[in-house]
Amino acid sequence: MNKLEVNNLNLFYGENHALKNISLAIPARQVTALIGPSGCGKSTLLRTLNRMNDLVSGVKINGDVMFEGNNIYQDVDVKHLRMRVGMVFQKPNPFPMSIYENVAFGLKAQGIKDKKVLDDTVEESLRSAALWDEVKDRLNTPAFGLSGGQQQRLCIARTIAMKPEVILMDEPTSALDPIATHKIEELMDELRKQFTIVIVTHSMNQAKRISDKTAFFWMGELVEHGETTQIFNQPIDQRTRGYVSGEFG
Amino acid sequence: MLKLSRDNQDKLMLAAIWGAAATTLLFLLWVVWHILSNGLSHVSWEFITGAYTRIGEASGIWAMIVSTVYMVGLSLAFAAPIGIVTAIYLTEYAAPGSQVVKMIRFCTESLAGIPSIVYGLFGMTFFVTTLGLGFSILSGALTLAMLILPVIIRTTEEALLAVPMSYREGGYALGSSKIYTICRLVLPSALPGIVTSIILSTGRVIGESAPVFLTAGMVTQIPESVLESGRTLTVHLYKLTQELFTQHEWDQAYATATILIVLVLMLNMATKVIAARLNKSSK
Repeated sequence: MNKLEVNNLNLFYGENHALKNISLAIPARQVTALIGPSGCGKSTLLRTLNRMNDLVSGVKINGDVMFEGNNIYQDVDVKHLRMRVGMVFQKPNPFPMSIYENVAFGLKAQGIKDKKVLDDTVEESLRSAALWDEVKDRLNTPAFGLSGGQQQRLCIARTIAMKPEVILMDEPTSALDPIATHKIEELMDELRKQFTIVIVTHSMNQAKRISDKTAFFWMGELVEHGETTQIFNQPIDQRTRGYVSGEFG
Repeated sequence: MLKLSRDNQDKLMLAAIWGAAATTLLFLLWVVWHILSNGLSHVSWEFITGAYTRIGEASGIWAMIVSTVYMVGLSLAFAAPIGIVTAIYLTEYAAPGSQVVKMIRFCTESLAGIPSIVYGLFGMTFFVTTLGLGFSILSGALTLAMLILPVIIRTTEEALLAVPMSYREGGYALGSSKIYTICRLVLPSALPGIVTSIILSTGRVIGESAPVFLTAGMVTQIPESVLESGRTLTVHLYKLTQELFTQHEWDQAYATATILIVLVLMLNMATKVIAARLNKSSK
């Protein structure tokens, strides 16, 4: 069962043809890694999946992105879409408020005021993000007091609080040290049981460690995609072979 | 040709920098000391809270203080909401570089460059005469609102632009609406900057004289409504300096100047304290 399906997607930044006729199916409850050299379009593709590119002026898109059978550029309310397709960014971006308020932000934006519901969701989300034990005694302290890795897990908790089905991750560990990175990867291994995860990563080792499916991008094209083991061990395309063997990138 | 070693060049440069900084400080201290030393001894409780009399020793400035407060409050009540909402439109809603944005920018920049006496002339013709508001606090406040509007728009815009894009992205990525993200995330983060802009505008309102007496008049009584004329502290000082005949009048002028200096110093300190506190609470 495919959670997301991209069909013949083209994206232009003004004159720049950034995504060229991409078709890609993203299966439910698996981790799909998008890899490729800088500027290959992998982050751009990720941002079409929750329509974050809407915020950039001069972007033109044609083709379809289907989420559970609905075209997200036609049939779906964008706010509703973003609740169901959450996103974690490259640099941890906690809001300038307390840990509790960070996790409750999205719920409050939906008008949820019930203290019990908020308290329960905050705890549940922080537990799911493997952060609860570290912060349970200081929920009302500023989120900026957390370490980088903790901040990123807070951002994951904030996303989980919306009870999404898909979590998009845009190089979520590139600003973190190896230990914090390891924790996030462990966490992703837990999250895959419940969520569909799409992750953009620069690290081929990370893609190998955590993903079920891998898609390799090259200059705006989707060169090859398939099982992660196949992409890394028996790549079909010359360019994929070159990239995963470290010849360029 | 005198050739200096690199070491001496450094020393010379350092001395010049220190000299410039010391000169600035010296002038400031000199002016403040000159006013305070001549004025402070004539500031008393009676002076601050007393009614103004043209003759006689027991003359006060209470009416001017009240008029100044009215003027500040009312002009901010007009300019702050319009300015802040305009800045929100410019930074959050308008497409960057669009014709509308360029036009509003051009207008605010031009408005900021017009000498304040021109605003006074306009206010006197339009608010006082055409609209029939008379020489009143209201006419003065409307005129001053136009004067401070560009300041509020520009500084609020800067405060909003300084809010990291990642906050907005984070808000939208959680499915929150644009207006919610702006009200709950962007504005609170920009609050220290907005407060600073409002306090700076307050200083501007207190400091103006020409456009104020051209529109609000110079009646030395406490205005009973905003439709009555009133004399602000700065206008009062201007009037006093027009007729400095006796020592008593000199004393009054310096005492009024002292009050103004203290007010402005207090505003500056308030700006720092509030900005620091808001910064801390938002982190």
